Amino acid sequence: MAKTILDFEKPIFELEQKLEEMRKFSDRLDIEKDMVRLEEKVRQLKEEVYKGLTRWQRVQLARHPERPYTLDYIYAMTESFVELHGDRLFRDDKAIVGGLAQLGNHKVVIMGQQKGRDTKSNLYRNFGMMNPEGYRKALRLMKLAEKFNKPVITMLDTPGAFPGIEAEERGQAEAIARNLFEMARLKVPIIVVIIGEGASGGALGIGVGDRILMLENCWYSVISPESCSSILWRSWDYKEQAAEALKLTAPDLLEQGIIDRIIPEPLGGAHKDHKQMADTLKTALIEELDALIKIKPEKLVTARIEKFGKMGVFVE
Amino acid sequence: MPWFRRSKVNISPDTQKRELPDGLWEKCPSCGEIIHKKQLELNLWTCLKCDYHWRIGSKEYISFLLDKNSFKEMDRKMRSADPLEFRDTKKYSDRIAEAIKKLDLYDAVRTGTGKIEGRDVALGCMDFEFIGGSMGSVVGEKLARLIDKAYKDKLPTIIISRSGGARMMEGAYSLMQLAKVSARLTKLAEAGIPYISVLTDPTTGGTTASYAMLGDIHIAEPKALIGFAGPRVIKQTIGKDLPEGFQKSEFLLEKGFIDFISHRKDLRTNIIRVLDLLI
Repeated sequence: MAKTILDFEKPIFELEQKLEEMRKFSDRLDIEKDMVRLEEKVRQLKEEVYKGLTRWQRVQLARHPERPYTLDYIYAMTESFVELHGDRLFRDDKAIVGGLAQLGNHKVVIMGQQKGRDTKSNLYRNFGMMNPEGYRKALRLMKLAEKFNKPVITMLDTPGAFPGIEAEERGQAEAIARNLFEMARLKVPIIVVIIGEGASGGALGIGVGDRILMLENCWYSVISPESCSSILWRSWDYKEQAAEALKLTAPDLLEQGIIDRIIPEPLGGAHKDHKQMADTLKTALIEELDALIKIKPEKLVTARIEKFGKMGVFVE
Repeated sequence: MPWFRRSKVNISPDTQKRELPDGLWEKCPSCGEIIHKKQLELNLWTCLKCDYHWRIGSKEYISFLLDKNSFKEMDRKMRSADPLEFRDTKKYSDRIAEAIKKLDLYDAVRTGTGKIEGRDVALGCMDFEFIGGSMGSVVGEKLARLIDKAYKDKLPTIIISRSGGARMMEGAYSLMQLAKVSARLTKLAEAGIPYISVLTDPTTGGTTASYAMLGDIHIAEPKALIGFAGPRVIKQTIGKDLPEGFQKSEFLLEKGFIDFISHRKDLRTNIIRVLDLLI
């Protein structure tokens, strides 16, 4: 796969290339010292760049084309995954995948929005944008989990619910609303993880849960920075400012009390090391599951309704 | 083909000039009929000629839906705290302050209890004029408290939506109001308390994708725009013109998302009938 270099990563990439070239000659020339110095410089630069990421840069990382997607996590984290299809009403929405799986000692129902890697797979997955049947498929799987007393794990990664004629005809709004309502009162634990993009109602439609985790370089908000820019600034050019104004990164949302926990990513982003990322997430999920399965269903539901009830800031 | 055929029945009138000089007359934006304000009010702000429904606010709905002087407002002065210190071309706090000053409202929903034909109800009604009827923390909290009150006192609940969706200027807080209000509605459902959602023009975005679509009964005003994505966004995405009447009340009725359409003049009677038959 061709490497994607984001603009702010260019200086690092250039130094790394230089280092690579030097390595080729290192047996013929005495440049050991220079190399050590350069390596140190690369390390420092990386730390500097990745620690000081702007909100827009994090949005870019969240959309990185080499970033792990839902199925990558499912395959890396679980054993004996059985994928289940369809909403039993209309059809199977390929923008969301889900099924039964074994995660450590836990049998779970796991699902998430699925993006594609290239044009063909992106068309197949509709770029991770769900239609109403996708939300209804998710709900069917959650009801299945409830019936067999299995915790639910959902992974959010979508640029939004699909805005199309057919989506409206089949009740995109009703499908999302129904999920918010049913997820609030589902009698099994729900863990939500934002693994990439969390765009508005399309993401929240599978995002109500007892614990909300978020990978370090993701975004989650009411609107994408681009759309926000186009509406409020009446131009597409203010996406950086919009990203800043929306305060949409994991650290922002932790401060706002909207998420519970940030899952650290490998230096440079989740795409730098898929395995390490999946291992970190798996460990966190098992910890959360261990705690959640001890709570009685009625208590779980009451606490979940209260949890969302506390979100919001106002003056009286 | 004739050269001068009009593509539509009426050339759409200039809404800017709707306000006629002496302020006593209103021009119907749909058919152009000139109506005296008093007459318009008596007709509940619907056109005498073409039944066009004006976009009215909570004050007006309360005036004709509830029994006279029965409305007790809750949390009237709750207002936005601007938690993100949001600023686009203008500061959000300034937008809020201006809206409050201009409209004598503190946010985009009015909530309270009242009587309808002697029966106690909980009523929430949105005000589109307040930043596009957008839902932020205040709308979410006021509705959540209204539902709590309805749950405690076993009051049938009516929410009238007229909203562009979640409020951008409160970021993820606004988004979470969808979950907050929807979660709270589960309590009414478990207790068997009826919830009637009235959808008016326009009801879109996060408002439709939460409480507006979670009623036991969905009543829409005629020809209201109701949907998730706005027509402009859909048009941009698919690159095609949208079919006539798309996302209008009549379309939603046909597709199965609305129980019935009610002329504003029949809304009170219809709500009374539904409640009588449900309780």
